[in-house]
Amino acid sequence: MELIVDGQRHEVDVEEDMPLLWVLRDELGIKGVKYGCGVAACGACTVHINGEAVRSCQTWVSDVDGPVTTIQGLGQPGALHAVQEAWVELQVAQCGYCQSGQVMQAAALLEQTPMPSDAEIDQAMSGNLCRCGTYPRIRAAVKLAAQKAQGA
Amino acid sequence: MGKVGKIARRSFLIGSAAVLGGVAFGVYRVKTPYGNPLEDGLSEGAATFNPWVVIDGDKITLIGPHGDKGQGVAHSQSLLIAEEMDLELGQFETSFGKPDKAYWNTAMAEEGVPFMATDTGMVAESMRGVMGGVMKLIGLQGTGGSTSMPDSFDKLRRAGAIARETLKAAAAEETGINTTALRTEAGHVILPDGRRLSYQSLAKAAAGIDPVTKVTLRRPDQWRLIGKPTQRLDIVAKSTGTQIYGIDVEIPGAVKAAVRTNPRQGGGLNGFDATQARRMRGVKDVVEVTGGIAVIADNTWRAIKAAEAVECDWGKAPYPSEQDGHWAAIEASFTEDKLDKIWRNEGDADAALRSGAEVEAEYRVPYVAHAPLEPLNATVLVEEDGVTVWTGHQFPRLLQQLVGAITGHDAEQVNFINHYMGGSFGHRLEFEHVKQAAEIASKMRGTPVKLTYSREEDFAHDFPRHPGMARARGAVRDGKVEALDLQVAMPSVITSQMGRAGLPVPGPDSQIAAGAWNNPYGLPHFRMRAYRVEELAPVSSWRSVGASAGGFFFDCALDELIHAAGADPMEERIRLMQHEVSRKVLEAVAEMSDWGSPLGAGKGRGVAFVESFGVPTAEVIEVSATDAGIRIDKVWVAAEVGTVIDPVNFENLVQGGVVFGLGHAINCEITYADGMAEQRNYDSFEGMRLYQCPEIEVRGLENGDAVRGIGEPPVPPAAPALANAIFAATGQRIRELPLYHHINFV
Ligand code: FES
Ligand code: FES
Repeated sequence: MELIVDGQRHEVDVEEDMPLLWVLRDELGIKGVKYGCGVAACGACTVHINGEAVRSCQTWVSDVDGPVTTIQGLGQPGALHAVQEAWVELQVAQCGYCQSGQVMQAAALLEQTPMPSDAEIDQAMSGNLCRCGTYPRIRAAVKLAAQKAQGA
Repeated sequence: MGKVGKIARRSFLIGSAAVLGGVAFGVYRVKTPYGNPLEDGLSEGAATFNPWVVIDGDKITLIGPHGDKGQGVAHSQSLLIAEEMDLELGQFETSFGKPDKAYWNTAMAEEGVPFMATDTGMVAESMRGVMGGVMKLIGLQGTGGSTSMPDSFDKLRRAGAIARETLKAAAAEETGINTTALRTEAGHVILPDGRRLSYQSLAKAAAGIDPVTKVTLRRPDQWRLIGKPTQRLDIVAKSTGTQIYGIDVEIPGAVKAAVRTNPRQGGGLNGFDATQARRMRGVKDVVEVTGGIAVIADNTWRAIKAAEAVECDWGKAPYPSEQDGHWAAIEASFTEDKLDKIWRNEGDADAALRSGAEVEAEYRVPYVAHAPLEPLNATVLVEEDGVTVWTGHQFPRLLQQLVGAITGHDAEQVNFINHYMGGSFGHRLEFEHVKQAAEIASKMRGTPVKLTYSREEDFAHDFPRHPGMARARGAVRDGKVEALDLQVAMPSVITSQMGRAGLPVPGPDSQIAAGAWNNPYGLPHFRMRAYRVEELAPVSSWRSVGASAGGFFFDCALDELIHAAGADPMEERIRLMQHEVSRKVLEAVAEMSDWGSPLGAGKGRGVAFVESFGVPTAEVIEVSATDAGIRIDKVWVAAEVGTVIDPVNFENLVQGGVVFGLGHAINCEITYADGMAEQRNYDSFEGMRLYQCPEIEVRGLENGDAVRGIGEPPVPPAAPALANAIFAATGQRIRELPLYHHINFV
């Protein structure tokens, strides 16, 4: 099977039903994508396929029908995406384990809804669990990222 | 000596019996510092001044021995050293170091002492001193009990100051200029003529002289970093997916493993059939581990899937198989023979209640899981002459001992590389997963084994927070609270947890009473009795431990009494408060929340105050009762910590603690059926989601003189403040968690 991840082409030889999550983590070594629940209940594994946020733990690798972007392709420490900039500026993370998924979810939201309302933020972000409880900062960071993108 | 040693070792974490052996070792050994572990393997020209600072080549490394579970302690530990050493953020690297006795946690010992943290009287102080000595003799390095900052505050600042003064002495030797004419700034010693000598360039000379240990610490008004907003060192990595956690460790040649052990915790494995699992793609082997099986494969998902395909015949649970049986055992424990300790007995509660009680109530809190988002994992490599363990853990030195016992090595031969943790909440105080990885790796020496728990396995084996019940009888008089007789029954978390670590502890368990006894109120009549329930399902310390239950019991009962007296919940708490610093916490939260200002219809405010880990914390919660259910509108928190070390992180941690407390109070519980936890993933153990999260306003107070940690104290007041607010808004008194059994939330 062929996959395009963060702009790179990969050939993988795995079962059709292997979740994309595990192909990314264990076959391609992309560790920024996190395993939290495996049942679409936490959002830690969120990536973009064709620009849409999807839970990679619930996506069979054989169902991937477009290029995949992971947190590591969205931006890097030296070249942050607007959402990551906001996340750094407001210091959202505690343990940080959920934040790859939070950032990917927020980036997809802002792609579709550049200036989301509170209700739209609630709607889009509530599938992403943060056990450390960084929600107040996540909310503020989504808004800050929206402003940043708008200003840019 | 052997016997005394054993007692000291065994009793270190509990209350009254804990001091048995400590003094027998004598003050001398207790006061002598341990050696510096950084001296081993130091390269030519490198310098280390104490166990916390090393300069090697171009690199300055600051060691922060407390593990980082998300509480930001890697950052705050290095702030303390850098403050005194005159380093800027970015001029050094950080490391958790290797396990060593030198990193013993003095502050952890204090929490084991059964004195109220607000009691700084002579007896309490000397007991704490003895406990600190015991901890040191054990060489216990641990992260927990919100002790990282209390433990580190003086120690690490001193370590930085020693490094600074030693570097100045080295510069004085090199240049012939007197140290009094030298100063330091941003990683350099500055000569009177303005020339700057980098610390790195002075390392070799500094290594040749004795560290200067007579140092003066800076005054708070001189601080550049402490108390100022700084950018957390891990924040970029954690915003870009580049932070490496234990679960991300990839050692070349490693195999992936998954386990399934008896979900009836502690029950055995009668037999298993792995025929189908063995045929699955990528599966290399299926082996037995204590209480279950492990699958070894070439990919984590394949290992987990194959483990699920193994047919296992599980033995019986060593505790009641149905949840009702657990409650029955707790209900039956309010008896004289189960009395663990009478923790408070002021006035005469019996006499005050003889003519009847205005409040008679029973409260319950369930088992709750830790469920940090990073599932448990450990990578272990066993070789002839040593073992290496990669994971995130809170008890490095115990880990070494337990792993060594499995692999047949001395603890010193176990090399433990600590990692950032994707949360813990107490989960990573446990060892089962590490022991299992060690068992598997022992069977395949030379091959690194990476064990990852599936979320379901993690839930099934999450030793949850102990459940409990309380019975309260109380009286009011002339519009005031007069008497409270509070009884709490719970299994002992310390017995369960320390038992698993091979450290059985005698004596009463302060965590049965925590949060319920150590309140600095002065009721005319107050009795608090703790009853020890037989061991039920194995339990473990859960963020804020006993106070998460005891705070709910005490504060809800107090609230009922205040309402029965017809008094104002805030004013009456302030009137009853005997501890000056705690009163200021209540006053602060009253002011922040504009307590007493009129609320619209269907709204209510609740307040709760709980002291845990030495931090008096008060929360006010405002809720609205809507047609669809309760909405939490806003939370105000005031907490007294002596010194706020990192204000950004402080606010984040407090908000997170409130979210943690509220989320579990609303909808989380672990219940047992057929001996197994019924909740196995976040779909049935949700916690709080973003849409439910209220605005949370935080204030850190600095009126006390001791520095305290803030990881846990915001949790206990959240549940009672919410229950009290729901009562204020609806008139419905809910005395049992999780609340959603009784009321809906939007
Ligand atoms: S791991 Fe995919 S949603 Fe939790
Ligand atoms: S920051 Fe820890 S789970 Fe979100």
